[in-house]
Amino acid sequence: MKRVINIEPNQSLRWFLILVPFVATIVAYMLASDARLDANAQDKLLPSLSTIGNTIYRLAFVADPRTNQYLLWVDTFASLSRLLPALVISVAIGLVVGVVIGLVPTARAIFGPFMDVISFVPPLSLLPILFIAMGLGETTKILLLVIGITPFLIRTMAMRVGDLPREQLIKAQSLGGSSWLIARKIVVPQLLPHLLDAARLSIGPALLFLIAAEAIASEVGLGYRIFLVRRYLAMDVIIPYVVWITFLAFVMDAALAMLQRVLFPWFQGAR
Amino acid sequence: MRRTLCIALVSIVAVVFASHSAFAESRKSFKVAWSIYTPNMAWGWAEDNGIVKKWADKFGISITSTKFTDYVESINQYTSGEYDALLVTVMDTIVTPAVGGVDNTVVVVQDYSNGNDAVILKGKDKTLKDIKGQKVHLILYSVNHYILTRALESIGLTEKNVSLVNLSDADQVGAFGTADVTAMAAFHPTVYELSKRPDAVNVFNSSMIPGEILDMIVAHTDVVKDNPDFAKALACIWFDVLAITLEDSERGSNARRDMGIASGTDLTGFDAQLATTHFLHEDEHKKFVEGDQIIQNTDRLRNFLYGLNLLGPNAKSSDEIGVEFPSGQVSGSKDNIKLRFTNDYVEFAQKERDKTNP
Repeated sequence: MKRVINIEPNQSLRWFLILVPFVATIVAYMLASDARLDANAQDKLLPSLSTIGNTIYRLAFVADPRTNQYLLWVDTFASLSRLLPALVISVAIGLVVGVVIGLVPTARAIFGPFMDVISFVPPLSLLPILFIAMGLGETTKILLLVIGITPFLIRTMAMRVGDLPREQLIKAQSLGGSSWLIARKIVVPQLLPHLLDAARLSIGPALLFLIAAEAIASEVGLGYRIFLVRRYLAMDVIIPYVVWITFLAFVMDAALAMLQRVLFPWFQGAR
Repeated sequence: MRRTLCIALVSIVAVVFASHSAFAESRKSFKVAWSIYTPNMAWGWAEDNGIVKKWADKFGISITSTKFTDYVESINQYTSGEYDALLVTVMDTIVTPAVGGVDNTVVVVQDYSNGNDAVILKGKDKTLKDIKGQKVHLILYSVNHYILTRALESIGLTEKNVSLVNLSDADQVGAFGTADVTAMAAFHPTVYELSKRPDAVNVFNSSMIPGEILDMIVAHTDVVKDNPDFAKALACIWFDVLAITLEDSERGSNARRDMGIASGTDLTGFDAQLATTHFLHEDEHKKFVEGDQIIQNTDRLRNFLYGLNLLGPNAKSSDEIGVEFPSGQVSGSKDNIKLRFTNDYVEFAQKERDKTNP
């Protein structure tokens, strides 16, 4: 009798198994939707797949009569132009501050405990303050995302610096390397693949903050649309938007993973 | 095999979950959903002070009510069938439950807004005409949207003459303090809070269009048909607590103070909000729901909603949804009546309360 932990599905079975939970989810949805629609043909809670399909077509390929825009693409563009700059800014701050805290003992003494405390401020609870202090514009939304994910990035980077073998730093010093040179040539290159890992893990929280910011005050965006149509329970819009946001996040995650493999091929072995 | 079983189980659970709320029958316990808003505070007070229980006991039923911090969620819960009755505006009743296929009976029209809803501009000496070209902050597709549209119409403008920013009601007061917010369409308590600011001018409000924005207690039609006692109890509770709320006595002012505190203000603030709410007494309720004005106003509302594409994605005209009035007259689709006004339960409550409280 083979142990469960030793049973390896073969290639074709593996593909089948990958599909099973996805198909099961869709089938369960269809059954539940049919049951509700049987009781009330106009039910909005679980629209049929064909209604959802029509709505997707309308959102993506038919200009909205009121604004003359293709809503899905306009919303996607608006959200990404908040999400991506925020991610870039946070990752940059995370790297620089993380390296300084991790490498410079004085900086660690000043900022280390401070960061440990600050990172526990729930960013969403700052939102009312941000809206009043910074207005309702794009700056506030991007700032919320940055505040939300940067502490995590800083702490992760600082910890990774601490993980570097002490011998490397000593050796570099024996060879006459300055602090600046050691940071640039020894620490940062080894940290970059970790930075991509941390960025991947930040996508989820970043989306949470993005949608929260867009829900409260906005004119356009994926989160805005969801909270707007929620007013009339348009699940035929909300469900495809949720799927689309999930897909975008998945693609971003996969892209960062691929970037990591291409830029730092040595890292897979090192890990 | 085991996997098929799993799928089957998941599906059965989903189906059972989805369909349990779809059937009405004679029953004994009922659920009411409400959220914080000036007239609704009286309902909360009735719950806290035994008035709900008093009438439920009298009819031999039980009524539990849930206060929602989020108005939209209360509507969605009612629409999905989790709740039997809901405190809601006429506009939102059409937009969500009626368009969602739920047949609604208006058990009581509590009041019409008589200044509760307003368009507010920033800057001394501003008038409504100054709104042209401004960015107006409001809850899109809500009564905010309606009051703004009526304001624009009154000076010959349309939505195209302004730009709209969606802003949730919880953040409106704070946002008005920031430099880039200069125009807002709102309801209480935002309107009341902003009235304290010297730089906020109330340039248009619902007292200029009385009788159009209605707050109501609605219930699923099939539930009240099968359980008329539930609807009767709702009406009795409402007029009981309304009488206390409007009483010029220590009991009345204590009740209003409690309601004020429960909605985040005080007696003065709550009195100010009540002053812009026109409550309907039993006699006035009859005239109001049986009159012609309500028919015209509902027609106007249906046209407004159709213009915003809110009568459903497949709506061909503003007649998509039918509204029935006490005389039996129907405006809109006769085959799709989803909103029914009646004076039956209020009339009953009037008699019943006269018997109980001589």
